[in-house]
Amino acid sequence: MKPHTLSILVENRAGVLSRVTGLFSRRGFNIESLAVGPCEEPDMSRITIVVIGDDEKIEQVMKQLNKLIDVIKVSDLTDSERVERELALIKVTAELGTTRAEIMQIASIFRASIVDVGAKTLILQVIGDTDKIDALEKLLRQYGIKEFVRTGTVGILRGSKTVTSGK
Amino acid sequence: MKTGAKILVESLQREGTEIIFGYPGGVVLPIYDELYNSSLQHILVRHEQAAAHAADGYARASGRVGVCLATSGPGACNLVTGIATAYMDSVPVVALTGQVPTNLLGNDAFQESDITGITMPITKHNYLVKSAGELSRVVQEAFYIAGTGRQGPVLIDIPKDVSTGMSADVKLPEKVTLRGYNPTYKGHKRQIERALELLDRAERPLIYAGGGIISSDASSELVEFATLASIPVTTTLMGIGCIPCNHPLNLGMLGMHGTEYANFAVTECDLMIAIGARFDDRVTGKIDTFAPHAKIIHIDIDPAEIGKNKRVDVPIVGDVKAVLKDLLSLMKKRDAREIWIKKIRHWKQHHPLKCPTNGALHPQYIIRTLSDLVKDRAVIVSEVGQNQMWTAQHFCFHHPRTWITSGGLGTMGYGLPAAMGAHFARPDVPVFDIAGDGSIQMNIQEFGTIASNNIPVKVVILNNMYLGMVRQWQELFYDHRYSFTELPPVDFVKIADAYGIDGIRVESPDEVLPALQASIDCNGPFVMDFRIEREENVFPMVPAGAAINEMIGGHPRT
Repeated sequence: MKPHTLSILVENRAGVLSRVTGLFSRRGFNIESLAVGPCEEPDMSRITIVVIGDDEKIEQVMKQLNKLIDVIKVSDLTDSERVERELALIKVTAELGTTRAEIMQIASIFRASIVDVGAKTLILQVIGDTDKIDALEKLLRQYGIKEFVRTGTVGILRGSKTVTSGK
Repeated sequence: MKTGAKILVESLQREGTEIIFGYPGGVVLPIYDELYNSSLQHILVRHEQAAAHAADGYARASGRVGVCLATSGPGACNLVTGIATAYMDSVPVVALTGQVPTNLLGNDAFQESDITGITMPITKHNYLVKSAGELSRVVQEAFYIAGTGRQGPVLIDIPKDVSTGMSADVKLPEKVTLRGYNPTYKGHKRQIERALELLDRAERPLIYAGGGIISSDASSELVEFATLASIPVTTTLMGIGCIPCNHPLNLGMLGMHGTEYANFAVTECDLMIAIGARFDDRVTGKIDTFAPHAKIIHIDIDPAEIGKNKRVDVPIVGDVKAVLKDLLSLMKKRDAREIWIKKIRHWKQHHPLKCPTNGALHPQYIIRTLSDLVKDRAVIVSEVGQNQMWTAQHFCFHHPRTWITSGGLGTMGYGLPAAMGAHFARPDVPVFDIAGDGSIQMNIQEFGTIASNNIPVKVVILNNMYLGMVRQWQELFYDHRYSFTELPPVDFVKIADAYGIDGIRVESPDEVLPALQASIDCNGPFVMDFRIEREENVFPMVPAGAAINEMIGGHPRT
């Protein structure tokens, strides 16, 4: 059982996301993270879904996804050379004084940027893989995280290989 | 310029639709107004569920796409069970629903329901049409999707202002192309060769034949393949009819209520060739002990079925008919596998299906008498439960598409409306609905449809005043505690009479044949109320979770 990153190319139409997510819930597959947006083709969208399961289960998910008429292509990026990134925004309690300086130091170690400075809070923006964001969140917890939002993983194959249409 | 309703009707005709089963309502008024002058035949049912089942029965009996039509909200929701039934059994149906006008969508308007949302998990695909200009393309795509690949239902939801909206004719392509939908028809050459290598080495091969053979119209290829290679064939509930019942290689049905010899063969075979079948739990019993000594070849048009429930040695994705043709063209004629065939013959001889004869009225006897009477000249539809299993076991089916039943979903109330649909596909032969007293009451209002349209469906009610199959489980596994399975007696002949349908009550074995003959002699519909032995069970039976060779109610093992 390990996380698999699936890249799914779909028709850019109303209801497609609910067809895809509905399939996951109805067949008992848990979505760990989901990201969706337009892609290089104007009439298509790309969904990146991270799902945990053994290889057989993932194969079944992919086959079921492929049966959806609006799904153009499904690829499992997991065993390929790939780049995976996620963005998170973290609103941390940061009173003026030492904690604020500490937080800014942690941010710089993680190459996170401070995107908002309030009287009692800082907002950090961090980009990285899931582990990096988890690690930063863990470190910041002691200061008090007021709000934490992440985009979900997006992934892309390295080199010239692509996940494009032609099912 | 034309209205959406006119475009819809013309599009249906362009796809070859001749008949629609439907029920009118507010937002489909424009469509019904268009049907008023149309040459399309429309059958008014008494409940929308029956429209869906009738379209399904028509599709199964004819091999063509069935069409049903309902209004929005309750009308559309009433189609749901019928759509799910068609989905589970891969039946090509196009369901048309009216919808509230687009400006009211999502507004909880009168008779609004999100039917595309509701039917997402039970359709192959569905559409919410937003403008009249899309309609002809959507209808063309819907028929294409429903009727190709692994077939299934497609729903088209049509808001009222789309039906009344105007559009010019849209030029449609000759052939539909959808970049997200490209079924594989031709089997992989190397896998086909590997299958033949396994077959060559096998001493005890067995074909496990499912409904895919019927959908693919591959029965003659299957019989030729089995005969040429000397392979016995067991069929699923859905596969019945793909090989004649009296063919020496036919072992009948396998699984929970399969024949003992079929289940023995599964357990002892060294090669299983699954064709258009999906290793359903009612077939396999305990999956780990299903075909425990066999290598498995699985031929199916749906790649998602391969390896879903059981590990497969040679997967072949493709249209069953095309793959069988390829197999036939590459294979060599093979000596009869005498030891294996002899063993099977022995099992068949010593473990036949039992047909009790003690003077009481037994359902098995009724089914066998009907079978002997109509021979291969009938379409047999069933409801769900004991009636279905007795028919599957004891009726001798000779041809594909003459056995119509709800397998996957197991929908009680399916039979009568499906039989209506089947009649329009096969007006040349009598259509029988084999029912129980429970099932028939789930869509008994359709007596109205068969009466007013003089649809000559012959209804055989095996009346035991129980929900028989559930009662059987309660008897066997719940210590005879018959919790809410007893039904008070109903005089079905009187009900039939109220609708103007002839009927007869039968209480003894010697009345069976005359009653069945009378039903055939009658030009219109006919209802037979057979008061059968109340606590008759369906045997043999594999208890839930057991291996399929561990049957109860069979013969002592020889």
